[in-house]
Amino acid sequence: MTVPKDIPEKWFTVVLPLQRKKRLDGGKPKERRTEEERRVRANDREYNERFQYASNCIVTSKYNIITFLPVNLFEQFQEVANTYFLFLLILQLIPQISSLSWFTTIVPLALVLSITAVKDATDDYFRHKSDNQVNNRQSQVLIRGSLQKEKWMNVRVGDIIKLENNQFVAADLLLLSSSEPHGLCYIETAELDGESNMKVRQSVSVTSELGGPNNLASFNGEVVCEPPNNKLDRFCGTLYWREKKYALTNQNMLLRGCVLRNTEACYGLVIFAGPDTKLMQNSGRTKFKRTSIDRLMNTLVLWIFGFLVCMGVILAVGNAVWEREVGSLFQSYLPWDPPVDNFLFSAFLSFWSYVIILNTVVPISLYVSVEVIRLGHSYFINWDQQMFCSQCNTAAEARTTTLNEELGQVEYIFSDKTGTLTQNIMIFNKCSINGQTYGEVTDQLGTQPKRMDFSPFNPLADPDFCFYDDKLLESVKVGDSQTQEFFRLLSLCHTVMSEEKSEGELVYKAQSPDEGALVTAARNFGFVFRSRTPGTITTTEIGRTVTYSLLAILDFNNIRKRMSVIVRNPEGRIRLYCKGADTVLLERLHPCNQELMSITSDHLNEYASDGLRTLALAYRDLSEGEWEAWSENHRYADKASDYREDRLAAAYEEIEQDMMLLGATAIEDKLQEGVPETIAVLSLANIKIWVLTGDKQETAVNIGYSCKMLTDEMTEVFIISGHTVQSVRQELRKARETMIELSRTRDGGKEEGMERWGEACFMGNGFREGQEGDSTAAGGEGEGEEERGGGGRKQVRCTPPPSSSPNFMDISGDFALVINGHSLAHALEADMETEFVLTACACKAVICCRVTPLQKAQVVELIKKHKKAVTLAIGDGANDISMIKSAHIGVGISGQEGIQAVLASDYSFSQFRFLQRLLLVHGRWSYLRMCRFLCYFFYKNFAFTMVHFWFGFFCGFSAQTVYDQYFITLYNIVYTSLPVLAMGIFDQDVPEQRSLEYPKLYEPGQLNLLFNKREFFICIAQGIYTSVVLFFVPYAVLSDATQSTGVPLANYQTFAVTTATALVIVVSVQIALDTGFWTVINHVFVWGSLGSYFTIMFALHSQTLFRIFPNQFNFVVLRAHYCSRSCG
Amino acid sequence: MMASSYNAKEEDAHHSGASSHGGAGAVKSKKPDNTAFKQQRLPAWQPILTAGTVLPAFFVIGLIFIPIGIGLFVTSNNIKEFEIDYTGVKTDSPCYSCAKNVSWNNTTPCVCSMDFTLEQPFENNVYMYYGLSNFYQNHRRYVKSRDDSQLNGDLSALKEPSKECEPYRKSEGLPIAPCGAIANSLFNDTLELFHIDSNGTRNPVPLVKQGIAWWTDKNVKFRNPGANSNLTIAFQGTTKPVNWRRPVYELDPLNSDNNGFINEDFIVWMRTAALPTFRKLYRIISKKSGSNPTLSSGRYVLDVTYNYPVLSFDGRKRMILSTISWMGGKNPFLGIAYITVGSICFFLGVVLLIIHHKYDTRNNSPDIPN
Repeated sequence: MTVPKDIPEKWFTVVLPLQRKKRLDGGKPKERRTEEERRVRANDREYNERFQYASNCIVTSKYNIITFLPVNLFEQFQEVANTYFLFLLILQLIPQISSLSWFTTIVPLALVLSITAVKDATDDYFRHKSDNQVNNRQSQVLIRGSLQKEKWMNVRVGDIIKLENNQFVAADLLLLSSSEPHGLCYIETAELDGESNMKVRQSVSVTSELGGPNNLASFNGEVVCEPPNNKLDRFCGTLYWREKKYALTNQNMLLRGCVLRNTEACYGLVIFAGPDTKLMQNSGRTKFKRTSIDRLMNTLVLWIFGFLVCMGVILAVGNAVWEREVGSLFQSYLPWDPPVDNFLFSAFLSFWSYVIILNTVVPISLYVSVEVIRLGHSYFINWDQQMFCSQCNTAAEARTTTLNEELGQVEYIFSDKTGTLTQNIMIFNKCSINGQTYGEVTDQLGTQPKRMDFSPFNPLADPDFCFYDDKLLESVKVGDSQTQEFFRLLSLCHTVMSEEKSEGELVYKAQSPDEGALVTAARNFGFVFRSRTPGTITTTEIGRTVTYSLLAILDFNNIRKRMSVIVRNPEGRIRLYCKGADTVLLERLHPCNQELMSITSDHLNEYASDGLRTLALAYRDLSEGEWEAWSENHRYADKASDYREDRLAAAYEEIEQDMMLLGATAIEDKLQEGVPETIAVLSLANIKIWVLTGDKQETAVNIGYSCKMLTDEMTEVFIISGHTVQSVRQELRKARETMIELSRTRDGGKEEGMERWGEACFMGNGFREGQEGDSTAAGGEGEGEEERGGGGRKQVRCTPPPSSSPNFMDISGDFALVINGHSLAHALEADMETEFVLTACACKAVICCRVTPLQKAQVVELIKKHKKAVTLAIGDGANDISMIKSAHIGVGISGQEGIQAVLASDYSFSQFRFLQRLLLVHGRWSYLRMCRFLCYFFYKNFAFTMVHFWFGFFCGFSAQTVYDQYFITLYNIVYTSLPVLAMGIFDQDVPEQRSLEYPKLYEPGQLNLLFNKREFFICIAQGIYTSVVLFFVPYAVLSDATQSTGVPLANYQTFAVTTATALVIVVSVQIALDTGFWTVINHVFVWGSLGSYFTIMFALHSQTLFRIFPNQFNFVVLRAHYCSRSCG
Repeated sequence: MMASSYNAKEEDAHHSGASSHGGAGAVKSKKPDNTAFKQQRLPAWQPILTAGTVLPAFFVIGLIFIPIGIGLFVTSNNIKEFEIDYTGVKTDSPCYSCAKNVSWNNTTPCVCSMDFTLEQPFENNVYMYYGLSNFYQNHRRYVKSRDDSQLNGDLSALKEPSKECEPYRKSEGLPIAPCGAIANSLFNDTLELFHIDSNGTRNPVPLVKQGIAWWTDKNVKFRNPGANSNLTIAFQGTTKPVNWRRPVYELDPLNSDNNGFINEDFIVWMRTAALPTFRKLYRIISKKSGSNPTLSSGRYVLDVTYNYPVLSFDGRKRMILSTISWMGGKNPFLGIAYITVGSICFFLGVVLLIIHHKYDTRNNSPDIPN
């Protein structure tokens, strides 16, 4: 590693004279509630302890052994369902009301509570374990001048700790010194933000001089900085030391969770510890998503409650009547219980009694079963081999377990392009140098062009690099200065880090794959980037090692869309190299480039239309004077404490002017495997796909064509690229008019539709007059909405009314819409969004290009708001997070761009093509299973419970149950739970290949056909019908029946057992009919449930049990009875 | 710079650029197991309901149910049953005056006689039932008002009956045996049957009062407290239910096997009915030896010792005589139900068959293979 001669300006720490007095003893009060600023003094534990900063011990666990029970129970009872059952339990403890023993409620409730508690406890146990493991990691702390081993949890704010290579950073540290020159060190932030490239951190120069532990022991600087926050890329603080003040930025910080790389050792001062670290501050809870079935279920449960109350009221009224007419006279045999003195009070109590016995219409096991089923489906997604990518060794992952069935209802997919549709593996494909274009299309049919062999020319070439145009290499060999300058730029202007394991074996680590591709291209053409230090870049230019001093790096960001470096070559000439998006760069060229610019622009357009990603390259020579002046300027901007970003941007802007154009590069981003097929299948499934990309329009459209979203057979592709509100409105309206026109000519027109259209047109006209001149007024939504405003200044156009008209829905034919970011901004405004939604939703495919992350989210929100459809967003980068979070379902592609998107997502996998399997197979099955499950579940509980209602009319509305209480307790948790769970988890209607072959099978989910209010009522009706049969047939059969011994059968016990047995059999037959896919498990569960019913029934009726508990098990002995008489 | 342990993700080797290859260690494959369970490929039977399976099922059900129904119906019709209401609601009823005057604390028994004629002789064993209507033995408070421990001979429950028995738990400080509303309302009419022969003499029909309860009730559920030697002593310290005339140990003083809690009339009453109109077995008239019918046709007199008041709540009392077949007593509903279900199935089968033949245009429709 070469010793740097110079350190670039931006890495200089700002040394300012002490401007304000140190307030050494002006410590803050001890309260830690709202920390306004943080003061940390190195090596002074007493001082720091006054502030009571959090220690480095992290606690992610929620409970300990003592608090577990109360805290967990408290949390569980915050669930409405659990509280409801607790309320029922309390009701049951009142003897006058209790129609059922308390255990009928407490057994299921306890079961549910304990299952949840066990799950929470295991989760927490693992959290404890990982906490312990992390807290007990060893680190070396400088205590009283010597390094001592300490556990992480004992590290305090203000301690100086030593880190070694490949160690995890224990807390948020201020880098003080490092074993590398200039106090540099390298970190990998994969755990923090998922980026696997290395980043550089540098210590403040004064502390980097301190070096080893001996000097650091006497370091007593004080840091004043912002309070703990969750911004990973920002830090703002000041170091006060030896009467001087040094500004601290994120560049000086090592955050917890990073790993030290390529650095032997470094020392850092603990600023934030434990829960205050940025890593922990970022681990917030994500927003909880609910599915539409969830919401429907909640509504239905509320309705059922209403129904329950109604039944309760009916029966209570019945009770009042009965007690008045019969019960009061019957008192000689059955007097009223003491508090009851009139029939009204009795009716009141009977209402509550019936609420208790009828509560099984909403069984507690419903919610638990739903969760279990979803968990099962999630596991099936995780286990799916066909969604496993062997290249990146990642299996699909259902990160949220509560959304599975919604995967079967998706109507809109919002997809990112780069990294999602494409591989995000960049290949340097073409370039234009000085008006000359190089590079052939690599995958041309016919003659396969020869792949170039770089090795004889350049031993350092990357053997994996492909290029097919010899002319370019010739041009380099010939020594064309422009060409050489072109590649020199590529080898210098970047932020790539290199690693040289052995001589000639270079590995580049780039933040973006584009950069990597460009640097690799330069390497193969003889301009090899070898290594960098903060002040130098060393390259090998056609075999000759050259070291440039790096004067400044003008960073890339999304607004600037370009980056520059300023370097001084060995000859002492200063040059600025700039690469960036053509739109911004071409504006900043020297006027003499006019001719070259037009040729290059042509090339750029050509590249873009091939779907390539383009960059323009330029340079500028700087005189020593210019450089001095600007660097002063820049330094000033860098020091500024307020608006630093803006000032820096202005400073950059200042120097990136009058540049000389070198040429342009074109990088190919290959489509991922199977993307066109996937998109074709998904659109056959009636899923609309919107691509939201930051790329430019041409690139986006081309990707659209290459992945079959747009096809030549399409009726029309509309492009919206207006810059003003009016033009966008006009373009949108025109698009829709054309659509209607075309579909009318196709369909032959519909008279009725025309009439309606005319009507609306008239109305629109009337409306328009009132609004004359106020074209941009935001207004409510109405029939005349789109007639207002618009570009139609002169003429009032007559467009059909919005979706309320059947006419509009009739649009047939394939349309596509391409909209630009700046037009989208207008289209998303309040008064135009309906128009935009109408137009866009009539199209088969929509491509939004040049969109910002925020716009991506806005588009998703727009569709959610206007369409009531299930949306799915899929993306891989940090810019997709907002979209992923706002869609109903977020899918993260674990690809090249780190894992932030995955962390924010609900499902993740590594290839776009897995989406078809996720939706058409897993989603479809999940939806189907969940719907069948819910239908059956409501059915079986109504069949079970409504029998009590009918019996009420024959037992004086006394809330006597039909079944014995053990049956009621066990019905939902033993006798009928498992078969329906098995169906909910394993059922399949068609094999997986079929649902991929016939995507139309997906439609019932989108139309919400399998479980909706209608289906619910059908289930309920069937359940009630079953209950009628179950009650009245035994009633009619048993009322006069006697055994063959002459003993009558119409006793309560016989009736109860007969009805219960019939119920279990009927319900089992029903599940057998509903199950379409009988695996071994289904067989075991169905037969097992029936078996368990009979086993338990015989056990409960046994004499032994009666002898032990005569009062509880008084339902003795049907079997013994029959046996004794009939068997002998 | 020095090497680091950098695990590059394995990418296609042809792509250059960013996907640089570091020391890609042997990463453990996370590939999910290829088991039938995890891949949702468990072998399964997928029943698909087609006309070929459903139609035969309908016909088979129909063809099985209809004969069963006919058999049951015929059997039921052959059973002879006679029923007489002796509540005494109407003024011309012999029991009218008794019904008027009856009350629980009446000490002088009121006897009334009902004449009736059997048109047909009753063969084999004849069973005599009493029936009550509008009597809510299935009322929740009534059903639970008993103490099974006490009835099972538990001594502690005898002295300290369960709270469920309230308000018939204790009387004047002494525990009631048997406690509870069910026991308290024990049916206490006495029914006697006389045959009037041709010369007008009343011949008593012998009534068997044992063997009328469920075997398990008699032998398992109900037991007398103590060693069953002397019931008077065993029940010492308890009192009779409020409505009773005699204490429990005097229900059948002559027969120790039928006294106390194991008195069969008591046991029969304690097995609560499911519906407000019910009948309970009262006595059995055993078949006579020889070819004489058990009850020959002719005139009979039913002597009722009228103790049990039901008119206050508009109840009814009946006496029923019935013969029994293999399927039990008279029960026309069962046969009708079988016939109805069978006919509906058969009818549906025919209708569906017609529809199937008429409208089935799918020839060789793609059967979804398993």
